[in-house]
Amino acid sequence: MTKTENNRAWFLVLPVFALVAFSAIVPLMTVVNYSVQDIFGPDNRVFVGAEWYREILQDDRLRRALLRQFVFSLAVLVIEIPLGIAVALSMPRRGRWASLILVVLALPLLIPWNVVGTIWQIFGRADIGLGGVLVTALGIDYNYAANPFDAWATVLVMDVWHWTSLVALLCFSGLKAIPDAYYQAARIDGASNWAVFRYVQLPKLGNVLLIAVLLRFMDSFMIYSEPFVLTGGGPGNSTTFLSQTLARLAVGQFDLGPAAAFSLIYFLIILLFCWLFYTTMMQLGRGQQQ
Amino acid sequence: MKPRHFLLAAYVVFLMLPLYWLLNMSFKTNEEILGAFTLFPHDFTFDNYRVIFTDASWYMGYVNSIIYVTLNTLISLTVALPAAYAFSRYTFVGDKHLFFWLLTNRMAPPAVFLLPFFQLYSSIGLFDTHIAVALAHCLFNVPLSVWILEGFMSGVPKEIDETAFIDGYSFPRFFVTIFLPMIRSGVGVTAFFCFMFSWVELLLARTLTSVNAKPIAAIMTRTVSASGMDWGVLAAAGVLTIIPGALVIWFVRNHIAKGFALGRV
Repeated sequence: MTKTENNRAWFLVLPVFALVAFSAIVPLMTVVNYSVQDIFGPDNRVFVGAEWYREILQDDRLRRALLRQFVFSLAVLVIEIPLGIAVALSMPRRGRWASLILVVLALPLLIPWNVVGTIWQIFGRADIGLGGVLVTALGIDYNYAANPFDAWATVLVMDVWHWTSLVALLCFSGLKAIPDAYYQAARIDGASNWAVFRYVQLPKLGNVLLIAVLLRFMDSFMIYSEPFVLTGGGPGNSTTFLSQTLARLAVGQFDLGPAAAFSLIYFLIILLFCWLFYTTMMQLGRGQQQ
Repeated sequence: MKPRHFLLAAYVVFLMLPLYWLLNMSFKTNEEILGAFTLFPHDFTFDNYRVIFTDASWYMGYVNSIIYVTLNTLISLTVALPAAYAFSRYTFVGDKHLFFWLLTNRMAPPAVFLLPFFQLYSSIGLFDTHIAVALAHCLFNVPLSVWILEGFMSGVPKEIDETAFIDGYSFPRFFVTIFLPMIRSGVGVTAFFCFMFSWVELLLARTLTSVNAKPIAAIMTRTVSASGMDWGVLAAAGVLTIIPGALVIWFVRNHIAKGFALGRV
């Protein structure tokens, strides 16, 4: 659609601007303020420059949390994207079953995040949970509260349970947009199922998959409630991800300076991926118009 | 059965098992949960639900959550509707930057805003009120609403606006009586997603409240960390938090992907 140039449109945007500025810019400026000062009391503060940043970047605990976070986000992508595509491909395209399965798939997405943690906390217990009992019955000594590997596995499976549906739903709507003529042409050419997937469906899914990858990456990058409830970050620090480290630093220990410096670094990483996301989406929009 | 149906069936079972287990436990007594491993409740009881509906510290959690979620949905929609119209119809100075800036707020980790929000709302005396949580959740819900609504509004041909203005409609009258009815499904979907993202968020809601506006999610974690694990009541509380989403999901089933992808699918 061609848009008219009209700077009075700013009046329509003003309420949003004011509201988001109040809840984003003011707090962010506070953070910037904290990150360069050492605060002893309301009237007693010293400008320390980049000291907190240096401290944060050299802090071993935070580095490990960052590493853990990247490993987790990558693992999430590696599992959820192929699984989501596979589920979307096996869904019926239309009819009553399609609606029913859509609803069932969307159910985990609508559960409060900490309840997701609670569900898996109960489900994974080796004494009273079905999942834990099943795994133990296979002869595996399983305890997510004591064994770091089990904790990781449980957090990953929980995330797969929680979010694979999103990938599947996105791919499903992408698949639905492929015209029937493409499939007919493929059938006339005698293409195998794999060839149809590789040369018809996958290229058409490209855009949707990009969105899915970015959404899953960003959301898993700020995961907090689910592991917080399930493992509390333990055993040890083995499932403590970035958000939880930050929350502990800021509200648990009230280390304002380091917490603020950490917040800004965290925010910058997110900003970078956000920009990627935005450019992709805008490119996508332009592609659709042509 | 074809292999692809097998995969789908296996996935649906995987999705349903933990949910079934939660439901199952919510109907059991604590003795049965801890005493014997049973696949369905032998000693069927509604006691766990009765505890929640008779104890004010439990059911007020639901009331608090619903109050701030509703407030948030109303605020988000009110400010986002005109803004989305502006983005879908006009270009103006800084529009692209503004649009991007909104997106960054949707993607920002709530943990970053934890401390400043706490101090901001404490200093203006809004700590532990519903409006504080509602405003805090605007951080991600307003950008979300603008993005989703813009997607829907761009689907309405511009000629409709022009015809209406030629017919002598003023902008507010046109917007309310002609334009809004045309995108009512979009407004419904947006309201649903505002409701949902505010309903599932815990970190900010828990930090900004202590007693009077404490959300159900926070009350549940409190029970988890307390020593006396009342598994049955915990499971029942979990089941009750799933119900609002489950009730409306049928109506938005075709728009779920769109909502999560910020209206871009």
